[in-house]
Amino acid sequence: MTNTLIQPRGFDAGRRKTVLSASAVALLVGFDALAARTAKAASSDPKKDVGILNTALGLEQEAIGVYQVGAESGLLSAGTLKVAVAFQSQHKEHAAALEATIRKLGGTAVAAKGKDEYAKVVMAAGPKNEADVLKLAARLEKGAANAYIGVIPSFSDPMLAQVSARLAADEAMHFTALQTALGIALPGNALSFGG
Amino acid sequence: MRQDPAEQPPAARRPTVAAVLSLALATAVSPTAWAGGDPAKGADVYDKCIACHSPSLNRIGPRHQGVVGRTAGGLTDFAYSPALKKAGFVWDEARLDQWLTNPEKLVPGNRMGFRLQDPAQRADVIAYLKTLK
Repeated sequence: MTNTLIQPRGFDAGRRKTVLSASAVALLVGFDALAARTAKAASSDPKKDVGILNTALGLEQEAIGVYQVGAESGLLSAGTLKVAVAFQSQHKEHAAALEATIRKLGGTAVAAKGKDEYAKVVMAAGPKNEADVLKLAARLEKGAANAYIGVIPSFSDPMLAQVSARLAADEAMHFTALQTALGIALPGNALSFGG
Repeated sequence: MRQDPAEQPPAARRPTVAAVLSLALATAVSPTAWAGGDPAKGADVYDKCIACHSPSLNRIGPRHQGVVGRTAGGLTDFAYSPALKKAGFVWDEARLDQWLTNPEKLVPGNRMGFRLQDPAQRADVIAYLKTLK
């Protein structure tokens, strides 16, 4: 069985299989163990890490909201819509994992904003067609990858830093898929991501 | 036969590779490294900020229009961290450079963990932020 989510070129969904649940479980299990370890680690500062994680959670909530607005825009073809929903599902997994970790560390997870707030982000870009929606999504995914890399030095627990790198990799994957579907060249230089 | 540069009179000495590198390093970590940034390059660097920020919208972080010259934590329609609300300074180039280098060091307890490590990129993005009136 292949776990390919997206074809290298375009969003022809015919042969695509969505893969989410197994990785979600693994991620959450990993976060659970990590959170328990972090809470006990003498050198870590859970309160500081919770602050960063909550910022990350806000980012994931916005991604979920923006994909929802994009999905309901009527601008996406059926194949693209399936991919958008798949990417949104991965952001939901990220958000669930972050929420669980925040709670395990003794923090309170931030609540998601209303749909109207996320609609503003989409409307500010003024999308008129599918390509516009995908360009916005690609830009936000790249920003998310940059954000997850840029916060790595700020975590007091190096294991959380590693998780941040894993999340960044997911966002970079989304960015790459979207750019490829749009037929836009990938970054020409190495080390184009990060703070 | 070539003369050893170390034996030349000081005014005639050519800078060694080490000296050039030392100068470059000193410039890179200078407290005023943010000066002379390129706003056009900064607009590209700003892509590293857009996961949380936008010029005109409050998102995960506050909007950036008018940030240079604004009191830290000063927007009335954004929910800042308590730490940033009582930061007690105005955003200028130097503060922004410190903030982007290590926000936790400048304002302990704030919610931004993102660090922009490259001094040249910090200078460029600060130059760009100055254009967001």
